[in-house]
Amino acid sequence: MRLGVVLFPGSNCEQDVVHAAHELGIGAEYVWHGDTDLAGFDALVLPGGFSYGDYIRCGAVARFSPVMSEVVRFAERGGPVMGICNGFQILTEAHLLPGALLRNTGLKFICHPQPLRAERSVCHWVNLPEGTVVDIPVNHNEGNYYCDAETLERLNANGQVVLRYCEPDGSRAPGGSAPNGALDDIAGICNERGNVFGLMPHPERAVDPLVGTTDGRPFFTTVMARLAEVAG
Amino acid sequence: MRDDLPADLAPRLAEELGLKLSEYEHVVEILGRTPTVTELYMYSLMWSEHCSYKHSRKSLRMFPTEGPAVLQGPGENAGVIGVGDGWAVAFKMESHNHPSAIEPYQGAATGVGGIIRDIFTMGARPIASLNSLRFGTLDKPRQRYLFEGAVAGIGGYGNCLGVPTVGGEVYFEEAYEGNCLINAMAIGLMREEDLMLAVAAGPGNLIVLIGSTTGRDGIGGASVLASQEFDEKAEDKRPSVQVGDPFTEKLLIEACLELLQRDLLVALGDLGAAGLTSSASEMASRGGVGLEIDVTLVPQREDAMKPFEIMVSESQERMLAVVTPEKLGEVQDICEHWGLPATVIGQVTDTGRFVIREGDEVVGDMPAATLAHDAPIYDPPAERPAYLDELQRFDPLSELDHPGGVEMLTATLFDLLASPNICSRRWIWEQYDHQVMLNTVVLPGSDAAVLRIGMPGRGEVTERAIAASSDCNGRYCYLDPYTGAQIAVAEAARNVACAGGRPAAITDCLNFGSPEKPEVFWTFTESIRGMADACRAWEVPVISGNVSFYNESFGQPIYPTPTVGLVGVLEDVAHHTTLGFKQAGDVVVLLGETGAELGGSEYLKVVHETVAGLPPRVDLDAEAALREVLLAAIGEGIVRSAHDCSEGGIAVALAESCIAGAVGADIHLGDELPPVAELFSETQGRVVVTVAEDAVERLFELAFEAAVPFAVIGTVGGEVLRIEGLVEAGVVEMSDVFEGALAGLVHPEETIATEELREG
Repeated sequence: MRLGVVLFPGSNCEQDVVHAAHELGIGAEYVWHGDTDLAGFDALVLPGGFSYGDYIRCGAVARFSPVMSEVVRFAERGGPVMGICNGFQILTEAHLLPGALLRNTGLKFICHPQPLRAERSVCHWVNLPEGTVVDIPVNHNEGNYYCDAETLERLNANGQVVLRYCEPDGSRAPGGSAPNGALDDIAGICNERGNVFGLMPHPERAVDPLVGTTDGRPFFTTVMARLAEVAG
Repeated sequence: MRDDLPADLAPRLAEELGLKLSEYEHVVEILGRTPTVTELYMYSLMWSEHCSYKHSRKSLRMFPTEGPAVLQGPGENAGVIGVGDGWAVAFKMESHNHPSAIEPYQGAATGVGGIIRDIFTMGARPIASLNSLRFGTLDKPRQRYLFEGAVAGIGGYGNCLGVPTVGGEVYFEEAYEGNCLINAMAIGLMREEDLMLAVAAGPGNLIVLIGSTTGRDGIGGASVLASQEFDEKAEDKRPSVQVGDPFTEKLLIEACLELLQRDLLVALGDLGAAGLTSSASEMASRGGVGLEIDVTLVPQREDAMKPFEIMVSESQERMLAVVTPEKLGEVQDICEHWGLPATVIGQVTDTGRFVIREGDEVVGDMPAATLAHDAPIYDPPAERPAYLDELQRFDPLSELDHPGGVEMLTATLFDLLASPNICSRRWIWEQYDHQVMLNTVVLPGSDAAVLRIGMPGRGEVTERAIAASSDCNGRYCYLDPYTGAQIAVAEAARNVACAGGRPAAITDCLNFGSPEKPEVFWTFTESIRGMADACRAWEVPVISGNVSFYNESFGQPIYPTPTVGLVGVLEDVAHHTTLGFKQAGDVVVLLGETGAELGGSEYLKVVHETVAGLPPRVDLDAEAALREVLLAAIGEGIVRSAHDCSEGGIAVALAESCIAGAVGADIHLGDELPPVAELFSETQGRVVVTVAEDAVERLFELAFEAAVPFAVIGTVGGEVLRIEGLVEAGVVEMSDVFEGALAGLVHPEETIATEELREG
């Protein structure tokens, strides 16, 4: 199985994703944003960072990179795509996922460990039992997920909400548990089909036990196991 | 040769640009004629205090700069040490005080950008940054603005680059109200063989400017801002502050490291203070060659720029490379891949002269080496400040009434935990990406940051690590600069040792008032003497550094603040140690001995609003012995936690270890000293460690052999920090105060509103 890690100018978590993949025995290679050949990749990750400096709007320029039309095609064919942080922002800008990521309500960048609860979802990347709490860091300035009421209803009804911010015991605080003001505490969503997944937290930072928890491991291994199964 | 400066006007322009008359006359003597406008600007910048170190150069010679691990000492863009197995780290600290006092976000951001460029210029990949900040007290709205802006700027730049901000320190004191300090430190990692120096060579080689276009931003930053003190005209200096573009810097890092990796460059230098002038003339003088630059070839972002503007612009995110003609195509291809212009603007010559042309017309022609090397060196008078006698005579124990009894002493401990100089810095470092690159083993908030050595994204992971800490207590330096500066080194070394690292080398950032005032200059030389003596005794060389003078506002200098950035090495990252108590039942041991030393303490400041007395003494041998015991014990794997005693004394150290471990402790201290001294004395050379019960004897043996004072003072457990007869404090309550204090000070309105809500 080969994981393609798409590198935009200004990406800065691509090496971390590759390290996490290697720790888990997954082959991973970089894909330059100017390339248009995704042949041979079984799954794609759009890593975190500040593509094009995020000067206009996070992900707004990256979606026009040559590689993105291929990423869209790859996703349309059912190929698994995960966008982490800036990668999530790019996926919403490319309309592969609904909604948008607004500036954190606290108006500050946040970097800290964050409890998340897994929801029952159709996501190909995650199959944790509903209510499982994982501890994975967040690291962003624009992670405040927003969509209109109709979209939210659809996300909930279709099992597209994959992860929610929560308290350490898995409960959700009455005023919301999102550190960034995200709507309905949403930390990660997938498309209706389940192959495209975007999340603000950084699972690659929760793989190598020397520098964090290992709660992020399933976010890489699940989809690989699934692909192996499909490949027979 | 353009003749654009009448001889009678030249001295006046020179004065405006900050040159003394004697310095101007020296320029005329070098050139044998009246300088052109361009030349005068270039000399004024290169001979400014900021670029030439003309007042400090002589004193800096006191520092030991050599050692077996040193691969590159001071004089280059950054110092470099070997850290084992062929790996090397480059590091340096630099000030960006004056720009930040005018525009905190951009000032701090470009401070980070500048120091990061110094690191990758050496061929090292930047892997971490730290910072050392000083502001006035947060009850003043402007100070909150400066503090919030600087933190946001450091985060905004570093986060975008993907270089983790892993540590730092901050103090709030009235002395910094008119002149905040923003010192940024960066660390880079490379293989020893990749070390690159900024030495231009080979006549006929091309000079290539890589990165951003050149504009009028930051013109005269080094001379106008950095080399003068502040007065009521400070706001007018805003145009001298540069604006940062971290995205371009990120591309520059990647492009330059690739160019170096492929061995395509003869030399590489960054454009910092004094822009093209400084970068080019330093490269030329190191290589003993000449340069010719045509300013019309420099890509410009503004119209009608004059040659002098182009030559001294401090536009950010630019690098200067020397390239052989046959490799130019490959260099330009790589730059283009990263979306960066790479433009030939001139060439290396064998004339030894720095020639500036505007098209066909020569607008400057100077002996290249005179810009970097012929600045006058001053030996200003130094005089011990008169105020010291009275301050040092003050005896805190006999001259003040002190609190007593468990209730009052516990309340005092809470006051100290809430003090802006002691409370948790979480509010700051949660705004920084401190984890990217996946090497941050010990996060901010412990004694020192610990970083694994390796490039995880390239499959290169080692078992080695480095530990880094930046420290300086300006209050101690104000009361006794020699001792205060030693404490800065001692504390940094102790912090690194507490994390399990053996101190290897330091960088420094020496922040002082005007060197032209004898009393200020005395504090400067005394600080250097103190640091140098400590560094020599401990064989910890100074490998890079920066001097920032003229930190004054309306004639009032800041506290002398010689900030130390120390890097140490861990042979085995598995032995990294943190400050939090780990397990109920562990035995708490104090290595070192408490004395009655409350002079200059945080206790005196918080409880008595007094800054006086003698700072704690430093025993160089005892400090070294303490570190050896600590490192031996950590190396044997018996130390569960280690935390040094600094501001707030052992009481605060114990409280911090309880808070970090979310567990209490039962402690018994001696009764030879008055209670406040026992608890809050800031005696140096002390570390609180915990070990399992069965390891106590081994730790005792190690301490005994090295004659390091050893005392079992209690055990870990429960939910309360109980110091027998003195303190009774719940861990949750302490944690709330300690963690919440800084946010409360920055946003007082919100805290008041919440309190009203609670009461209502």
